[in-house]
Amino acid sequence: MTHDTIPGWEDPIRLLNPEGGFHPHSMFPLEIDAELFRTMHRDMVMARRVDTEATALQRTGELGLWSSCLGQEGGQVGSAHAMRVGDFAFPTYRESAVAWSRGVDPLGLLGLYRGTTHGGWNPQEHGFGLFTIVLGSQTLHAVGYAMGIQRDGSDDAVIAYYGDGAGSEGDVHEAMVFATVESAPVVFFCQNNGWAISEPINRQTVVPFAQRAAGYGMPAVRIDGNDVLAGLAVTRWALERVRTGSGPVFIEAITYRMGAHTTSDDPTRYRPAGELEHWAGLDPIDRMERYLRANGIADDDWFTQLAADADALGERLRAGVRGVADPDPIGMFDHVYAESHHDVERDRARWETIIAGGAA
Amino acid sequence: MSESMTMVAALNASLRRAMEEDPKVVLLGEDIGTLGGVFRVTDGLAKDFGDARVVGTPLAESGIVGTAVGLAMRGYRPVVEIQFDGFVYPAFDQIVTQVAKHHYRSSGATKLPIVIRIPYGGGIGAVEHHSESPEAYFVHTPGLRVLTPADADEAYHLLRAAISCDDPVVFLEPKRRYWDRAEVEPQRADDPWTPRVLRDGDAVTLVGYGPMVRTCLEAADALASQGVAAGVIDVRSLSPMDLSPVFEQVRRTGRCVIVHEAVEVAGLGGEIAAQVSQECFFSLEAPVTRVAGAYLPYPPSRFERHYLPSIDRVIATVREVMAL
Repeated sequence: MTHDTIPGWEDPIRLLNPEGGFHPHSMFPLEIDAELFRTMHRDMVMARRVDTEATALQRTGELGLWSSCLGQEGGQVGSAHAMRVGDFAFPTYRESAVAWSRGVDPLGLLGLYRGTTHGGWNPQEHGFGLFTIVLGSQTLHAVGYAMGIQRDGSDDAVIAYYGDGAGSEGDVHEAMVFATVESAPVVFFCQNNGWAISEPINRQTVVPFAQRAAGYGMPAVRIDGNDVLAGLAVTRWALERVRTGSGPVFIEAITYRMGAHTTSDDPTRYRPAGELEHWAGLDPIDRMERYLRANGIADDDWFTQLAADADALGERLRAGVRGVADPDPIGMFDHVYAESHHDVERDRARWETIIAGGAA
Repeated sequence: MSESMTMVAALNASLRRAMEEDPKVVLLGEDIGTLGGVFRVTDGLAKDFGDARVVGTPLAESGIVGTAVGLAMRGYRPVVEIQFDGFVYPAFDQIVTQVAKHHYRSSGATKLPIVIRIPYGGGIGAVEHHSESPEAYFVHTPGLRVLTPADADEAYHLLRAAISCDDPVVFLEPKRRYWDRAEVEPQRADDPWTPRVLRDGDAVTLVGYGPMVRTCLEAADALASQGVAAGVIDVRSLSPMDLSPVFEQVRRTGRCVIVHEAVEVAGLGGEIAAQVSQECFFSLEAPVTRVAGAYLPYPPSRFERHYLPSIDRVIATVREVMAL
């Protein structure tokens, strides 16, 4: 596949423009009912509320850190809704909108950032892996999981989420090698949000990311990552393709990290003037609201109720985080191993004494 | 009914039996298919179980271990082969960051029953990166188990235990003992996660594991002919490491010599010595002493007979701690 055969090479695939205008694409038909339109909009709004609440909770000292997905809700929610129940997503640490769409309680995410757990949800229950902080590793897990699907004779499929920065990690390269030689049912969903903390994409690549796919022998599509409808339609196309045994697919979602890398970061030290304002005009939620209103899919009452639901979520998160008691200290020894382990048990016994105020 | 086998044949038989018993056991590694692995440990398995269960992988160690993680999440029990000790480092991040921690991170929701087989140690005249002893890195990483067999019978049974365990296991195979023969008794039942007391003694306790167990036994034979009754203990499970049989014997012998190929500084011998010193302090007649690798990278093979712990070095050290 050469560059000019990559859909979206010149202009990323966009079904919904920033003004709320809809433009169908023959290769990526949008089959969607009014309910799913509303659900996806609601998911974007609720995910953004999780972001703003979590950021506020960090600022008031209730969380140690938060990594915001502000501005990236379109690609995340669209791709997540392309998945079936039995499919599995492997995230980095910025896929909180995917997590919401897969039914993960945001309080689980906040537990991770409050420091009560390294996980926070059951991956199998939601088809959504744990957040991965050492980036790129999860793409290999995604491919291995997809190899398991093949051996099960199932038509489930996997999405490996990662970003422009993680794409420089060797594990992503190895994941693409394994995925292509095994024809594994996995979609690589690269969110190119422009920044890896302070390093712009020209510190990660000298060619568009989608161009890399051809070297591995898999098709690529570039999409407007702020368009939830393109995210849905193109990811559905990709998932259906990988389910047939045709091998992996690469999607590059062009988006923008509207927030800081995390609450510890200060993007005013490196972000060029005007960039934020430009992308604010391409917001995924604003354009969807315009479309829903213009096409009579949702009315004022619906939007009022949604705002009330978001407020209620915010209240639940604030109360939930502040209400979390510190864990039982001896619980830090739980689950190091699945089976009993002499050294852990010895130290658990010693720490029971230490925690009680003795020496051991 | 026991059968005389090399360690390679015992490992092969152990893998075969695990694959027959559990269709979720899959093997991954470089050259493990048609070739049967560079040491032939997987000989014939691809032919009998097919290439979906014996996967000859791309040449990428992080990829091998990382895809094994995903397979385990899907309910498989991957047994991966790292071709040589010195090739494990490209997979080190996956092993330490992902494999070791996932059960803990998921609060027990996700088990990773992965076995990472690694031929290790020196003594075969190999080129660079083919003779290393990386066990301390893995033992120092909570979440991993580490087993190392000393002979063919042990290899068969410890690998069975590793594959049936719900935790990830780094399985270190002493490649210089691959071609040693022993009687393998398939019906044997003991706890593989505790040390084996191979010989009792009243003068000194020799503690070793993997390739050094034979060295310790041969040193003990020579010492016996000199009138010194040396006990020999094979630690074999490096994580967990329950040293109570060592403490029990050292309280009687009063002397302990630990033998391993790995660099002495910050090696497992230091951990064993610290525990023995703490538990047996009032019984000790001499400092707990180590016979191990010098502080240098594994040297070119023409040096290795000077570098590796030898029977003579073990005997000389025993005579020193006994003031003979």
